[in-house]
Amino acid sequence: MRLLFDRNTWQEIFGSIRKNKIRTIITVIGVLWGIFVYIALSGAAKGMDNGFERSFENIAMNSLFTWAQNTSIPYEGFKTGRSLQLKLNDARVIQNRIPEIQYIAPRNVRGVFGDAPGAIVRGTKSGSYAVYGDFPVFTSIATKEIYDNGRFVNEADIEQARKVCVIGERTQQELFDKDEDPIGGYIRIDNIYFQVVGVHKFTQGGGFGGDGDIHIPFTTYKKLYNTGENVGWFSIAAYDDADVIQVEKDVKSVLKGIHRVHPDDERAFGSFNLGEIFNRIMGFSKGLTFISLIVGVATILAGIIGIGAILLISVKERTKELGVRRALGATPREIRSLIILECVFLTVISGVMGIILGAVVLNVVNNATQDIDFPYTNPTVPIPLVLGAMALMVIMGTLIGMIPAQRAVSIRPIDALREE
Amino acid sequence: MIEIKDLHKSYQMGSNSLHVLKGINFEVKEGELVAIMGSSGSGKSTLLNILGMLDVADEGDYHLDGVPIKNMNETKAAQYRNKFLGFIFQSFNLINYKTALENVALPLYYQGKSRKVRQEKAMKYLEQVGLKDWSHHLPNELSGGQKQRVAIARAMVGEPKVLLADELTGALDSTTSYEVMELIQKINDEGNTILVVTHEVDIAHMCKRIVHLRDGIIVKDEKIKQKRASEYVQ
Repeated sequence: MRLLFDRNTWQEIFGSIRKNKIRTIITVIGVLWGIFVYIALSGAAKGMDNGFERSFENIAMNSLFTWAQNTSIPYEGFKTGRSLQLKLNDARVIQNRIPEIQYIAPRNVRGVFGDAPGAIVRGTKSGSYAVYGDFPVFTSIATKEIYDNGRFVNEADIEQARKVCVIGERTQQELFDKDEDPIGGYIRIDNIYFQVVGVHKFTQGGGFGGDGDIHIPFTTYKKLYNTGENVGWFSIAAYDDADVIQVEKDVKSVLKGIHRVHPDDERAFGSFNLGEIFNRIMGFSKGLTFISLIVGVATILAGIIGIGAILLISVKERTKELGVRRALGATPREIRSLIILECVFLTVISGVMGIILGAVVLNVVNNATQDIDFPYTNPTVPIPLVLGAMALMVIMGTLIGMIPAQRAVSIRPIDALREE
Repeated sequence: MIEIKDLHKSYQMGSNSLHVLKGINFEVKEGELVAIMGSSGSGKSTLLNILGMLDVADEGDYHLDGVPIKNMNETKAAQYRNKFLGFIFQSFNLINYKTALENVALPLYYQGKSRKVRQEKAMKYLEQVGLKDWSHHLPNELSGGQKQRVAIARAMVGEPKVLLADELTGALDSTTSYEVMELIQKINDEGNTILVVTHEVDIAHMCKRIVHLRDGIIVKDEKIKQKRASEYVQ
């Protein structure tokens, strides 16, 4: 240990490094490249991971949607091909029967699945936007960010079937003047006046809902469009620890029971399991992280082995010098430490440079992808991974350095001096 | 100072064994300046290497300053070399990326001396060999004679019991050789024990005693009248 903090040791090392500049540079590039690849890859993987997570941040990770389709198996006297309709009461039954469900939000919409969107008019301005009938609970499943002073549909709106609406950013831009406060203003939805109570923020990359959507209370919706107890689809969020795939199955089997559908009828109810998709994407990005780890570590190893090989040649070149040192009283231990320290020093220096370079590149890529819709956010490499890489480099540098070091001391001083 | 009894050494050359030293008995007292002479293959370098603990004998006793040199591991040998011996080589063997001063200071580094002590002492010895003004030059900026004088300073700096010189004038022209020998004689005059291996008769005659070696045995061991190198130098 004393050796490590001895100025003379370092002078010896710098001396031999300075003597072999090209060798040193090539060696350094080897490891530098390794650690650079490692940092850049795992940082990029983490960035993707973060990007995906951001894409899903406004919707519950373990949520699913289910809707009614047509039956495909005859059952209880009904023939095949019967079209099914979800009812508001189904939500209560599902919630009661399946304890894993945290929230269930019945929803209706016009203007998304092929039917005509709502015709919206305000003064001389008009447009067509998707109109959703929603319960307040919907915001517990998918976050809707509302601009200041506004609010989403609330319980009182539902009870009294108030004619209030939450409009999108784009709707606001298209129907209201720039400086006008939309809150409290009125718009006509299919010829009925609604008061605007909120403007929801559109989140980039969210993928669910657009920037022009209009949300109105579910009860108002059913009066406006005469949908009665009909429900377009259910948005369901399970508890965090629940198995979303099982919940999906349970929901469908409950619905099959209610609507008298054959238990094996796979086509009667459609569903989209966000939790499952999310798990898959997360699995993908975890796999990516893992692969980048493996590739990075392998590249580092290759670099360090390169250092070892170059030092081995260097030891052969320096046979005479090492022989002289031993004739002058250097113990094998001192010779060995000299070579190993040289190896570790080169490794660490190039490692640090590689880490810095990797960080710079990650930062550049991050800035370049800042404003485009690409799942890539805040690429970071966790400190433990960086420290781990450093530790790996020091350990491997020492181990690899032992090979040339051992070779250096295995040459007897007499042979070293005799060599011309 | 040096006592060797019945020293044997042979080298394995494939299936053949080459018996190089065939029973050497030899003694050197403190303050002597001994030349070991012999044609090539006579075993003189082997003897010097064994004396310098760079090689080990197969048989026989070797005492250096009363300390038996036997069954040493490399670490111990390195420490003894550092403490007891100074080497001067035919091809100087200076480390080419170190300045003259750093080269001279190297044995002190392995003695664990502090940087300040090393610098001062190395400078002192460089001054003794007349190279004070060259202390910060690299070996390739020095002439052959200067290099050898740096090497001598390096051999001296650890204050060894014995200086071992292996063909120290082999790579030098005769004028420079005499200058170097003059230095060796001066060092010897100060009471240092020096062993010189050479095959040059004039160099050998500048020592106080010549040991003739032939085919691995000492054929002649004579005290001579020393010729001062200064007589040769014009």
